[in-house]
Amino acid sequence: MSDKLQKPEQLVQIDFAPSKKDWMDPKVEIRKGTFNWAAIPKSTKYLDLPNVRKWQPTDDDWQLPDNWKEIILEGFRDRLKRFRSLKIFMDICVRCGACADKCHFFIGSGDPKNMPVVRAELLRSIYRNDFTTAGKILGSIAGGRKLTKDVIREWFLYFYQCTECRRCSVFCPYGIDTAEITMIGRELLNLLGLDIDWISTPAANCFRTGNHLGIQPHGFQDSVDFAIDDIEDNTGVRVDAPVNKKGAEILFVVPSADYFADPHYYGFMGYLTLFHEIGLDYTFSSFASEGGNFGLFHSNEMMKRLNVKIYSEAKRLGVKWIIGGECGHMWRVLHQYMDTMNGPADFLEAPVSPITGTKFENAKSTKMVHICEFTADLIKHGKIKLDPSRNDKWKVTYHDSCNPARAMGLLDEPRYILNKTCNHFYEMPENTIREQTFCCGSGSGIGTDENMEMRMRGGFPRANAVQYVKDKHGVNMLSCVCAIDKATLPPLMEYWVPGTEVCAVHELVGNALIMTGEKDRDNDLRGEPWAGEEDTADV
Amino acid sequence: MYDAGKVIVGLVIFLALLTFPTWYNVATGKATYVPELEKAVKGDQCVADTEYMRAEHMDLLNEWRDKVVRDGERIHTAPDGTKYNMSLTMTCLDCHSNKANFCDKCHDYLSVDPYCYDCHIIPEVTK
Amino acid sequence: MKAMTSLMAVILLILLVMLGAGAANLKYFFGVIFPYAAIVLFLVGIVLRVLKWAGSPVPFRIPTTGGQQNSLPWIKQNKLDNPHNLIGVLGRMALEIFLFRSLFRNTKTELKNGPRLAYGSSKWLWLGGLAFHYSFLVIFIRHFKYFAEPVPFFIPIMQNLDGLLQIGLPLLYMTDIIILLSVSYLFFRRVVSPQLRYFSLAADYFPLLLILTISISGILMRYFYKVDIVAVKKLGTGLLSFNPILPEGIGLLFYVHLFMVSVLIAYFPFSKLVHMAGVFMSPTRNLANNNRMRRHINPWNPDVKVHTYEEYEDEFRDVMKDAGMPLDKE
Repeated sequence: MSDKLQKPEQLVQIDFAPSKKDWMDPKVEIRKGTFNWAAIPKSTKYLDLPNVRKWQPTDDDWQLPDNWKEIILEGFRDRLKRFRSLKIFMDICVRCGACADKCHFFIGSGDPKNMPVVRAELLRSIYRNDFTTAGKILGSIAGGRKLTKDVIREWFLYFYQCTECRRCSVFCPYGIDTAEITMIGRELLNLLGLDIDWISTPAANCFRTGNHLGIQPHGFQDSVDFAIDDIEDNTGVRVDAPVNKKGAEILFVVPSADYFADPHYYGFMGYLTLFHEIGLDYTFSSFASEGGNFGLFHSNEMMKRLNVKIYSEAKRLGVKWIIGGECGHMWRVLHQYMDTMNGPADFLEAPVSPITGTKFENAKSTKMVHICEFTADLIKHGKIKLDPSRNDKWKVTYHDSCNPARAMGLLDEPRYILNKTCNHFYEMPENTIREQTFCCGSGSGIGTDENMEMRMRGGFPRANAVQYVKDKHGVNMLSCVCAIDKATLPPLMEYWVPGTEVCAVHELVGNALIMTGEKDRDNDLRGEPWAGEEDTADV
Repeated sequence: MYDAGKVIVGLVIFLALLTFPTWYNVATGKATYVPELEKAVKGDQCVADTEYMRAEHMDLLNEWRDKVVRDGERIHTAPDGTKYNMSLTMTCLDCHSNKANFCDKCHDYLSVDPYCYDCHIIPEVTK
Repeated sequence: MKAMTSLMAVILLILLVMLGAGAANLKYFFGVIFPYAAIVLFLVGIVLRVLKWAGSPVPFRIPTTGGQQNSLPWIKQNKLDNPHNLIGVLGRMALEIFLFRSLFRNTKTELKNGPRLAYGSSKWLWLGGLAFHYSFLVIFIRHFKYFAEPVPFFIPIMQNLDGLLQIGLPLLYMTDIIILLSVSYLFFRRVVSPQLRYFSLAADYFPLLLILTISISGILMRYFYKVDIVAVKKLGTGLLSFNPILPEGIGLLFYVHLFMVSVLIAYFPFSKLVHMAGVFMSPTRNLANNNRMRRHINPWNPDVKVHTYEEYEDEFRDVMKDAGMPLDKE
């Protein structure tokens, strides 16, 4: 196969018949388009990671440390001791196969090692061989496999062909979570210095500057100022967006793409207009200028290292509680890990909306509220004026991001907002939304250009569901609440469903919001006329 | 978080359920009970040998029932040539006259609930 | 190939007991010693397995949420698929354990022309699994009559329900048929489907064949080649009252049955069959999604190297000052 990405009609010729080769054979082909480049030494060195060196997955020799085997087995043993989940998931899978066709990478590639059960077996076979009595005696009859360098290569390929989306876990009768398997698999790989650059470099940036993009404080200030100017151009209202303001009531944390990338940026403008309109006393932090956390895709320790700034900045700035912007994996960290890792947040107060008086009981310990929870509450109490007809040029559908859907259950809050801010909202088929939502195919740090073929394959089920509502209802706008989605769905749409735009939920909020003192607004937040070219779907 | 308490409670319940027969037998004190059948009050041989009757009597009775009720056939000829009237109450219970001390002993022991006596009247036990 | 390995293993086991208990007349070994060993292995094995799991903490609260979260009071929460408290978790676990809730969601993905992906409802695995587990459970409990004297009250009730169809004599138990059908289904789906065949291990076929052998031998004894069940119960109560007696005259078929059961339970704690215990302890199911309401403690919460605001300000003080941003230290 050539290095160039095939056309959709070629890519969709998927052969689901598993290869004749036994899965226990670990030999893999590291093929362009299906893997990610290795981390550059500068980043891994900055983060004090092991085995810093220059290497690439395409090299014949990956320059593993001499004692690589002991490192893996010791690391495995250590994690079995620390994670009950790992121990149980290693022991109880019955290989019923319910997970097999639930994985977007399997659906899009037909590669049998992308069936979640087999992905886990890649690790399990080593577990059985080296950590169970039956495996030590019976070897391959008991499903054991010798740990070789080929196994490590295979792990590298397949643990970076999983986006930790947890869709399989929803269907598993025992709740076996491949995200957990992949996370631990990656931790083991990282012990040998097998990091990928799209994870380690953002993590290194984030460690230093507070955000993945490496934006320094003045750059952050500039971005916010730009947004303020853009909003003024659009609405005639000059909003205030304080940075590092001590004594504000609320700290607002967003993923860095929100103020740096497109179409995230329009959602960022949406937040700012909304907060201005309700007169919220809030501040950004230039250090906690990233809610996203690529440490999640590296190791639990790295996640903790990058997450610590959120509480410490909340403390330093003396706020009462925290709001978090639209981001998927960021919310997995905030919801399921932050309080445990870096809490207790006893210096904060249980969140109460200063506008509606609503107590966010569900966030009383972590003290951090999702922007959609906050906005839905505002709308419910009639605290903002909305004109949904301003979004009439969009036929909107909503993509549930994996982590808010399957690690939180944030499903109806964004839908409530969408229903109040647009007149044309259509759901994708039920097996592709809510807790059964399909990943964008590029989450968990593998949204790179060099991995484009796998991304298009993995995103195929999502794109296909968009195609369905596009054909049926003329949908031309895919809304979502995830920064990775906003970055990776546009190329996915362009590849599979051309003519579909991607937006933040809060872009639609910002459009529909009637601001006090606004000028006669001709343009939406993108600077395009309200009733732009009708029926962009036909283009 | 270990949740040791919950795990131990779970294990105790598991063990209690699975060892049910053991402590149940201790409680009832009947662990060593084995049904002893009353000897037949008359006759010196059965329609078939004991080993066969012990395991397969229900099949024989079922066959008799079908023959009598459906075919009107009433005579059973044993392998040794002896002829018997195919009748539960008149042949079987004629010798094994005490149902409670014969039939029921094993049936109760093994929780067998034959539907013979749904129709047949149990003859009174003559003292 | 792997199915053949398992089949050979089961055939060897049958030959072993037939030669051992039959030809070599090692009835005491197969009737008393091996069952005892198996029971000990089973009970101790399961307890140790669970304790081994319990010895590792649950560092993070990681439920997989299967529905709307508990958030604002006017948004309807899915209390069973995304519980936020103990009652909800108990409900979710009960659905999972008694009705295989997650498996009930199963779909079959098909790529059709268009290209169009279709997700059809696919409940056969759920039905087959449920039918198998329930018939196994009923049969297991029914067998208590061979171990408990007098027969506990619930056994006649179960027998009556199970024999409700009133077919044949002895009355046909529905579970006997269901277990044969469901185990066969679970076996053949692995053989027939290329995907399942791809990842099925010998350890996946083996217990199914074992259970099939146990069921068939049991059914043969009940309906076709009857054995002296009074003697069987003598052995059963004796075993479980630690007063083993080996009655004479129990047919060989019974020894096959007993031996295969013994093999199954001895094998249990060292195989995937421990999912029986594991399903209760799976952290994606048995934890409440109350992450932001109650702090979860990680006993090994690591000390990590962090980058502090002070270090950050030290590095960027000049540019921050130029941009007019507030500083902690001027």
